[in-house]
Amino acid sequence: MRLVEAWRVALAALRANRLRSGLTMLGVVIGVGAVVVLVAIGTGAKREVEQQVEGLGSNLLIVVPGRIDFGSAPAVSRMTLADVDAVTRVVGDRSRVAVSVTSGETVRAGTKSRFTSVLGVLETTPQVFVRTVGRGTYLSRSDVDTGRRVAVLGAAVSRQLFGDRDAVGQQVTIAGVRFRVVGVFTPLGQSLGVDRDDEVHIPVTTAHRLLGTNRVDGIVVKAPDRERIDDLGDRIVAELTRRQPDTEFSAVTQEQILGVLGDILGVLTGVLAAIAGISLLVGGVGVSNIMLVSVRERTREIGLRKAVGARPRDIGLQFLLEAVLLTTIGGVLGMALGIGAALLVGALSPVPAAITWWSLALAFGVSAVVGIVFGVVPAQRAGKLDPVVALRSE
Amino acid sequence: MTAPAIVADGVSRTYDLDGVSVPALRGVSLTIARADYMAIVGPSGSGKSTLMHLLGGLDRPSAGSLVIGGRDVAGLSAQEMAQLRNETIGFVFQAFHLLPRTSAVENVALPLVYRGLGARERRARATEMLARVGLAHRAGHRPNQLSGGEQQRVAIARALVTDPSVLLADEPTGNLDTVTGESVLALLEELNAESGVAVVLVTHDMEVAGRAHRQIVMRDGVIVQPAPPEPSTEPEPSAEPEPEPGSWLPRPRRPGDDA
Repeated sequence: MRLVEAWRVALAALRANRLRSGLTMLGVVIGVGAVVVLVAIGTGAKREVEQQVEGLGSNLLIVVPGRIDFGSAPAVSRMTLADVDAVTRVVGDRSRVAVSVTSGETVRAGTKSRFTSVLGVLETTPQVFVRTVGRGTYLSRSDVDTGRRVAVLGAAVSRQLFGDRDAVGQQVTIAGVRFRVVGVFTPLGQSLGVDRDDEVHIPVTTAHRLLGTNRVDGIVVKAPDRERIDDLGDRIVAELTRRQPDTEFSAVTQEQILGVLGDILGVLTGVLAAIAGISLLVGGVGVSNIMLVSVRERTREIGLRKAVGARPRDIGLQFLLEAVLLTTIGGVLGMALGIGAALLVGALSPVPAAITWWSLALAFGVSAVVGIVFGVVPAQRAGKLDPVVALRSE
Repeated sequence: MTAPAIVADGVSRTYDLDGVSVPALRGVSLTIARADYMAIVGPSGSGKSTLMHLLGGLDRPSAGSLVIGGRDVAGLSAQEMAQLRNETIGFVFQAFHLLPRTSAVENVALPLVYRGLGARERRARATEMLARVGLAHRAGHRPNQLSGGEQQRVAIARALVTDPSVLLADEPTGNLDTVTGESVLALLEELNAESGVAVVLVTHDMEVAGRAHRQIVMRDGVIVQPAPPEPSTEPEPSAEPEPEPGSWLPRPRRPGDDA
């Protein structure tokens, strides 16, 4: 029997039992769809994190007290501006060093207010990170040196407090203290559900007075190039350790952060895909089951086909193709379902979803393999049927 | 004369049912010549169905030799048996055994699928065969749109589309009324006379059997009439006594040797 003929027969058999074929397929559809959508979400999250970390700037070195260890509570910083000066001396260029001390505060303008992150920073922030000011200017060196009460608003803060009006030159109060707005950031949008426009920058010196502290939470250094980044990190950590022998410091690069986050998200994606894979397996068992029923139901047809000259392998091929057709059609529908669900998730929720070709190819390949694996036993059973017994069956 | 279509020599078939050996056929010898028209009759349980399955290559004898189309089935694999059935045997069943949801012409073309013919040639041959059984106008109809007699005609067309040397008909009129049964038998006889296909009717209906050129009566797994071991009175003048084993074989091979 020609292969084309076998496909035609298999397709006709599936059509003859539309509802049953559809329900059997549904198991595979759901399994493949789940694999595609979960891998898409996992990949999307990973890509988003990468973009975010890379979007901060290039060749960044993040210096924090304690060990960078995901899962443990962050250490309380005991770094001060004096430590920042020491780091600056190691780096040899003030414009490459950024600091922050962060506090959640209420910012008011007239009757409107917003609770937001207030960051005490140096004037170097736009040079180190990718931040651009859309209106007005950023903080200046003299703002930092003299502790002026000036602020740069995030786009979301500006929108909430001043609407469409220009915020530059307006007054706001932060924790009850009056500040003059000198600039508004260009909107960055959301990433991973965090509104990156929801922050206010003020000079670090002003922040220290406002918060009654002299600590800095972290120092970020922009290395001149990728080659010297590790060496620079070692020298900064050595200098800080010399100044505070009791405290442990770490300097991590973006690659290291990406590596750790990537591993975590990779494992997460893998686990999600495996769980979805189990439903695909269950779908496969359903296919096997239905094919066994189908073989029993069509025993007389098998007997007749054998009587007119069908060889065992012709019959086996017919039933195997039927199973493969069930799972591959289910696989294609599942891919469509998965893509649709991923697009929907991407559109309606902050969770990004990235559909990758490899996940589609994998899901389709697996569904075809499932058809073969779970179709073999029923097909063999059909092929081996004794024609005499088969013809007699009712 | 050319070689006979089927030669059975001392054929036995024993079924193993839960460890108990049940003999269904005990030493049957029989020759079906080209263009033969014969009937196998006997009550149910006489072994006539078992004999038909053996003659049709659906089953293999437990003992004895069976040569179909010049080939001893003892040495054939399941694949080769399938091919043998496809090329030399046509089956007609009491219950028609047509594929549902499949048009008459496609039902007729089914054996050609397993011969590996292309769709166009299958259709041409099947259409021609349907015309020969007088159903050209029903080619596109499905079995449930056809009468019993028409369904059996489709089945006959399917049996003959491969141009077999033997047509085995198991109670072909069993599900039909007398008039329709009569026309089906007439068709078989016509095809037998025209194309020279040997027709073997398996039936318990003596009236049907009487139309054949010769009859074989079975009881308890043996042929009781004509009775080769006891060459006594022959009530049927048309029934030739079985030839001596070997005498009908034009080839040097002796199938009786490996019994």
